[in-house]
Amino acid sequence: MSQHDHAHEDSAAIAHHHDIHSELPSDPALRVKALESLLTEKGLVDPATVDAWVETYESRIGPRNGAKVVAKAWVDPDYKRRLLSDATKAIGELDMLGNQGQHMVALVNTPEIHNLVVCTLCSCYPLPVLGLPPVWYKSAPYRSRAVLDPRGVLKEFGLELPEHVKIRVWDSTAEVRYLVVPERPAGTERLSEEQLAALVTRDSMIGVAKVKA
Amino acid sequence: MNGVHDMGGMHGHGPIAPEQDEPLWHAPWEARMFGMRRGGTFPPGFNIDRWRHVRELIPPYLYLVRSYYDHWYMSYVAALLHSGMATREEIKSGHAAPGTAKRNDAMRPDQVWKTQKTGGVFARAIETPPLFAIGQRVRARNINPTGHTRVPRYVRGKVGVVQLHHGGHVLPDSNAHLQGEAPEHLYTVAFSMRELWGPEASPRDEALADLWESYLEPA
Repeated sequence: MSQHDHAHEDSAAIAHHHDIHSELPSDPALRVKALESLLTEKGLVDPATVDAWVETYESRIGPRNGAKVVAKAWVDPDYKRRLLSDATKAIGELDMLGNQGQHMVALVNTPEIHNLVVCTLCSCYPLPVLGLPPVWYKSAPYRSRAVLDPRGVLKEFGLELPEHVKIRVWDSTAEVRYLVVPERPAGTERLSEEQLAALVTRDSMIGVAKVKA
Repeated sequence: MNGVHDMGGMHGHGPIAPEQDEPLWHAPWEARMFGMRRGGTFPPGFNIDRWRHVRELIPPYLYLVRSYYDHWYMSYVAALLHSGMATREEIKSGHAAPGTAKRNDAMRPDQVWKTQKTGGVFARAIETPPLFAIGQRVRARNINPTGHTRVPRYVRGKVGVVQLHHGGHVLPDSNAHLQGEAPEHLYTVAFSMRELWGPEASPRDEALADLWESYLEPA
């Protein structure tokens, strides 16, 4: 039997179980509550660990991390060089690597090149620097059209780019995670690194928005 | 597999409609499901590639209407049922069958931060030299495996240019089926929009995808 035959059999075996869903309540709140009760009884889940994961993503991990990377790159040309040549190392300097963000690439937006990040196959996203992705990033409209019509997609975010700007859409099909370094807005010369970081939005680090002063 | 999850290039899914001031969770159950996925026990050998494959095996009619964290619920349940770690009756009732021994090896709260910081490293040392060089023209092979793969349909058969080389990375096509990590060289390949979508597409825009060596051939 070839490797593909084995893979096919394996897929069929896992898929078989999805038919249970006709027997379960439609309300996910009920199903998830039942699952947590069951797994807690079986010792497969510790509810305090679930609390700790939620707390981690509510307070320790989020787009403020990525904004610090961007602001540092704006004010420190040496750091920007390191970030562009080896983002994993440069983000590691700030202790911001982690699960779903261990292999990083930084993409710099300029007046000539605009980078945009998507995951057409699922929802890959640089969690340690951006936190949890918004619903639109994981949804079919964005995943389907970002690679097909990025200019149309950006217009839906209110961003219209001139024809001469080259758009590069990065489809996260592996474990490499992309962080867009947006352009530093004009008129921010006097701001501190911390003040600059406060301007940097999540959307600008995905590439669907520019940073406004 | 050529599933509904492989969405790049489709029309008809409607406007993107980003939500203003979107909350982190839209209901408490989403947070619980997220925490169970991160901190719950999975079958032996389970990995991120298998997780993605289980998710893409959700039938299309459910995949398109169920929300993101409901996909996670369905995928976790499928993994538990397939491995025998839970039965249909248990999933339906929310209670363990009488006489079930309670395990004591679930992730503890004090392991969460370390798991977050150290998990998810997929680069692997690889001794074979890379077949392709940065700047080289390559074609994404026209392959249609029925198992898990990460070469999206919209690049298959298309010619692009190697933009980045990432060294060895775990191969999802093998790892998802618990057939070993089988690391291969991983590249980022840039495709022109005209190559992907025809002469009416932008002459200067590009789409780039991360593709393993066995997905590619010289062009």
